[in-house]
Amino acid sequence: MAHATETTGTQPTRRDFLMLTTGAFGAVGAAAVVVPLISQLAPDAQVVAAGAPIDLDLAPIAEGQAIKLFWRGKLIFVRHRSKKEIDEALAVNIATLRDPQTDQQRTKPGHEKFLVVYGSCTHLGCVPLGSAPGEPKGEFDGWFCPCHGSHYDSSGRIRKGPAPLNLPVPPYAFTADTKIKIG
Amino acid sequence: MSGHSTYQPKTGIERWLDARLPIIRLAHDSAVSYPVPRNLNYLWTFGGILAFMLVSQIITGVILAMHYTPNAALAFNSVEHIMRDVNFGWLLRYLHSNGASMFFIAVYIHIFRGLYYGSYKAPREVLWILGVIIFLLMMATAFMGYVLPWGQMSFWGATVITNLFSALPVIGETIVTFLWGGYSVDNPTLNRFFSLHFLLPFMIAGVVGLHIWALHHVGQNNPTGVEVKDVKKDTVPFTPYATIKDLFGMVCFMLVFAWFVFYQPNFMGHADNYIPANPASTPAHIVPEWYFLPFYAILRAIPDKLGGVIAMGGAIVILAFLPWLDTSKVKSMTYRPIARQFFWMFVLVCIGLGYLGAMPADEPYVTLSRILTVMYFGYFVALAVIGIFERPAQMPTSIADSVLGGSGARLAHATASEPQAKG
Repeated sequence: MAHATETTGTQPTRRDFLMLTTGAFGAVGAAAVVVPLISQLAPDAQVVAAGAPIDLDLAPIAEGQAIKLFWRGKLIFVRHRSKKEIDEALAVNIATLRDPQTDQQRTKPGHEKFLVVYGSCTHLGCVPLGSAPGEPKGEFDGWFCPCHGSHYDSSGRIRKGPAPLNLPVPPYAFTADTKIKIG
Repeated sequence: MSGHSTYQPKTGIERWLDARLPIIRLAHDSAVSYPVPRNLNYLWTFGGILAFMLVSQIITGVILAMHYTPNAALAFNSVEHIMRDVNFGWLLRYLHSNGASMFFIAVYIHIFRGLYYGSYKAPREVLWILGVIIFLLMMATAFMGYVLPWGQMSFWGATVITNLFSALPVIGETIVTFLWGGYSVDNPTLNRFFSLHFLLPFMIAGVVGLHIWALHHVGQNNPTGVEVKDVKKDTVPFTPYATIKDLFGMVCFMLVFAWFVFYQPNFMGHADNYIPANPASTPAHIVPEWYFLPFYAILRAIPDKLGGVIAMGGAIVILAFLPWLDTSKVKSMTYRPIARQFFWMFVLVCIGLGYLGAMPADEPYVTLSRILTVMYFGYFVALAVIGIFERPAQMPTSIADSVLGGSGARLAHATASEPQAKG
C-alpha cells in the first residue's frame, strides 16, 4: 500500500497530509484559545463606560490658576494662562522644539487663554508640578516633572529633560464661551 | 559528576519504595553523598540562603494573602489591618517586606560571587542563564509585591514601571493599556498584579529546580576555578560538610535579617508608602526600592526615553551573554591580575549607580550616572578584550593542591589526618 512511497519519501503521503492538516488545525485552535486569555486584559466594559464625556465650567478658574480633574482615570490640567504666559508660548521658534507644535495647534481659536492638557509626564507618567501655587513651574513657566526632571513650557510642550513628547491635548470642545466638554 | 548512586536502602519499606519511586535515592544523591569541592568558602553558602529566603517569602506571603484585600479602595487599609489587628500580623508583614530586601542582598552577593570566580564559564553557561532568568523573575515579583500596599510609592512606582513599555514603538501604548486594564493604573491593575505576585514565586521555585539540576549535573565551581579531577581527593560529601556550613551561614544571615525585622523594619522602605495612593499627586522625590536603584540610574542616565529603557533592560540581559563575552579560559579572578582590578571597579560602579539612582535627577548626578553607565557596560567589553592578552598567574594543579599545599608527600600526610578519613 503506502509503504513504498513512505520509505522513498519522494512524494507527499496521506500521512504527511494528515500531519499538516492536524498541525494547522491545532495551531489555529491554540491561537483561538489565546484570544480570550489576552482580551480580558483590555479595559473592561465598566472602565470604558466610565470614560463618557464630561462637562466643565471654566468661569471659576482665575487668571494664572490651574485646576486638576480626572477623565477616564487620567489626570487633566486646565490652566487659565496670563497674557505673559501666552506671549511666551507664542514667541517660541517651533523649529527648535523636540515635538514641534505651535501654541495655536494646542488651544482652541478665540480661547487661547485656556490650556487643556493631560497631566501625566510623557516620559514615565508622573504628575508634573506647576499647577498649584508655590509649585515649581520649571524653566519655561509651565510644568516641571519631579521624577526625572522634564520641563514643559506654558503651552505644555516639552522643552528640556527626558520626556519625548508634549503633554497631549485631550479631545475637547467649547460648548459655550466658558464651558467645555471633554471626551 | 556525581557518578553512580551510593544509596543503599536499609529497610524493607525503603527497598519497596525505591523500586517504585526512587525519591529517597534522589534526595540522598543530591543532598547527602553529592561531592562538594573541599575548598568552598562562605560565599558558597548563599545558594542555600537564597533557597531559605524563597521558602520564607512563600510562607509569609501565602499567610499575608489570607488577610489582604486586592481592591484599590480597600488595599491600603487591609495592610494596616494586618499591621494592627491580625495576631502577629506586624511580624509576618515585616518578615515579608524585609525578606524581599534580604533576598536581594543575598542574590547580589551570589551574583558577584559568580562574577568573581567565573562561575558562568563552561560548562556552567546554562546554569548561569537560569540564574539570570530567576533574577528577572525576582525583580518582577518584587515590583508587583511593592504595588500591593497601594501607598503613594506603590502607585507611582507602578505608573513609572508600566510606562516603561510605552517607550516601545507602535505597540507600546496598547501594551500599557493591556497591563493596566484601563486608561491609568487603577483597580484592575492592582488585581492582576496581586494574581501575578502570587504566581511568580512558584515559577521562581520551578526555575530554581532547573538551576539546581544544572548545578548538580556539572558540579559546583570553586574558588580556584580548577575543575574536580579526583573525586576522592578534591571533594567532600555534601552531608555533613556543606549541610552544616550552609546552615551556619544561614543562621548568621538570619541574625541580620532579624535585626532589620525587629529593630529597623522600615529602614529599607519609604515613608511615602504610608500615604494612601493619590493619582493626582506624585511624591516630590520618587525612587524605587534600593535593589532597583542601579538599574534606575541607568534608565535616567540616557536622555532618550526608548534609549533609557533599552539600556536598563540591556544592563540585565547582558549578564546572560557573559559566558561568551568573557574571552578568558581562566575562571577565578584570583589568577587574573588585570581582570580582577576591573572586577572590583565594576563592584564600585554598581554601588555608585545605586547611590546615584537614589539622588534627584539634577546635576552633577546626571553626568555621573552617564559616566558610570558607560563604565558598567565597559566591564563587559573589558572582559572580552583582557582575555586576549592577559597572562594568568600560576594556578594550582588541583583543588586538593590548593588546600593542602603542592607536594605529593605533604598531600598524603594531610589526607591521612583529615577528619573525613576518620568519620
